[in-house]
Amino acid sequence: MKNNNIVSLRNISVDFDGDPILIGLNLDIRDKEFVTLLGPSGCGKTTTLRTIGGFVNPKAGDVFFDGLRINDLPPYKRQVNTVFQRYALFPHLNVFENVEFGLKLKKLPENERRNRVHEILDLVNLTGYDHRNINQLSGGQQQRVAIARALVNHPRMLLLDEPLGALDLKLRKEMQIELKKIQQALEITFVYVTHDQEEALTMSDTVVVMNDGDILQVGTPQDIYNEPKNAFVADFIGESNILDGVMYEDCLVEFAGKKFKCVDKGFGILERVDVVIRPEDIRIVDPENAPITGVVESVIFKGVHFEMLVEAHGRRWMIHSTRCEQPGSFIGMEVDPFDIHIMHKMEAES
Amino acid sequence: MNSKSISAPYLLWMIVFILAPLLLVAYFAVTTPEGTLTMEYVSQVGEYTPVLTRSVWLAFVSTVICFLIAYPLAFIISRKSGAGQRSMIMLIMLPMWMNFLLRTYAWMTILEKNGLINRFLAHFGIGPLNMINTSGAVVLGMVYNYLPFMILPLYSIMVKIPDSLIEAAQDLGCNTRQVVTRVLFPLSVPGISSGVIMVFVPSVSTFIISRMLGGGGNLLIGDLIDLQFLGNAYNPHLGSAIALVLMVLILLCMSVTNQFGDEEKGGIL
Repeated sequence: MKNNNIVSLRNISVDFDGDPILIGLNLDIRDKEFVTLLGPSGCGKTTTLRTIGGFVNPKAGDVFFDGLRINDLPPYKRQVNTVFQRYALFPHLNVFENVEFGLKLKKLPENERRNRVHEILDLVNLTGYDHRNINQLSGGQQQRVAIARALVNHPRMLLLDEPLGALDLKLRKEMQIELKKIQQALEITFVYVTHDQEEALTMSDTVVVMNDGDILQVGTPQDIYNEPKNAFVADFIGESNILDGVMYEDCLVEFAGKKFKCVDKGFGILERVDVVIRPEDIRIVDPENAPITGVVESVIFKGVHFEMLVEAHGRRWMIHSTRCEQPGSFIGMEVDPFDIHIMHKMEAES
Repeated sequence: MNSKSISAPYLLWMIVFILAPLLLVAYFAVTTPEGTLTMEYVSQVGEYTPVLTRSVWLAFVSTVICFLIAYPLAFIISRKSGAGQRSMIMLIMLPMWMNFLLRTYAWMTILEKNGLINRFLAHFGIGPLNMINTSGAVVLGMVYNYLPFMILPLYSIMVKIPDSLIEAAQDLGCNTRQVVTRVLFPLSVPGISSGVIMVFVPSVSTFIISRMLGGGGNLLIGDLIDLQFLGNAYNPHLGSAIALVLMVLILLCMSVTNQFGDEEKGGIL
């Protein structure tokens, strides 16, 4: 399973009006995977997607598709299709005609066109919407038309640019599940751009975390969540407490004025490190004998848990717990060694 | 508030200044100076068929040329940044702030026998070319004067077509030509039809341009009407009859372009 890359980006650099957007980016996308490009806005994830689609011409670097260099191939000759951010449906065509658009350009016979359009409309649950005007559809339905319009061409790869951004939360969750189902049913590669970490974790086989035109980490959702490579990734993927610490020896770290056992090795002696602790990994215990103590500042009910901000050792800690402590109460906090994640400082890395 | 009472002044305005004069023209067209009903003048208009045909033909040619120049230009402007769009539109509007007569006079001095172009060509031993007082000069005058009226409606419709639609078309397999024919053109039909009307209507009824650049040999329908009211041929009844026929002609043209617009489902609007 080593070399089944469908797309490879090599040293891609892209400028807009002299501003560097991507700086020497390298990325391999494996065939039939659901890959998510995740990052804050302006991190270059959409530009990366557009480079694959052929809408952005990189200043330097190569784009390979199936091992062939496709830098100079115009978008209409690439075996990829795109679902655009605002759907970009053709307002002068109805649902059927929108979906049929690509097939007509391929000059397929009318029977086959009709069959394929209906097949794909069934897949996205829009059976019978053929003659609807685009403007009469809800956001979710427009979204489905956009997906159908791209998929009907049987692309090798589907590029999705924040496709669920304009939908409300409930619809978004439904569409996430549906998209994943479609991807598995059709067995094609999805490259999905989002700034929503939850979306990325739910749907992806591989998550690519980006910031400032660079890739910070590539891995499975579990890898990214449990073993973030640095404090930025940790902070972006879910909420976390990021503390300054010093590594004493393998599996021993000092932070908040105390020494803690941990499971990370291979750091330099007395190296300054970032210590990342997830809010849900902090247990509330009796203040006596607790390694960390502090005063509860605020409590917010979040449904499954309470989110508490606790003042301790000169900083604010976020805790997610099913136990509710009143603001002002004095509590103890405890963390298991394997929930203490140690990372190199970002400056030291670059 | 009652919408009827708000619209009353406008309604009055339209009755006094639009509807009444129209009826007056119609009345003049079908009566003799003594006031008896007659179809004499209307049937006389038939004698001027060559002038009418020429007017429609020249207006048609100018409209087509305007469209060919304006369509790509409007698209280019619509893809520019905000500041770029504003300054380009400004440049297009700028000549319109100058007096219409003055602009047409300027063309006379350029095209004349001793005009700028001929004097320049004389240096190379060419000419003098006979440019003024030709139907070509009339078309040039129409295109020059009415081009902005084609660019502006096209621009205002194209600026509403997002880049993503063009990219979507490319993504689905359109080459550049197909992007134009399958997406851009159908979506800009409303702009095309209003641009066509705004160029064709003044072109077909102009009399200044043809008189100044066309000389005596290129009489247009507008000149003919002008002659009946202000010229030696003074005959308001015949003038009204010609004006009436012209109006019917224009209305016919407009209904044709509107039909075309409807078929395309009104485009992006």
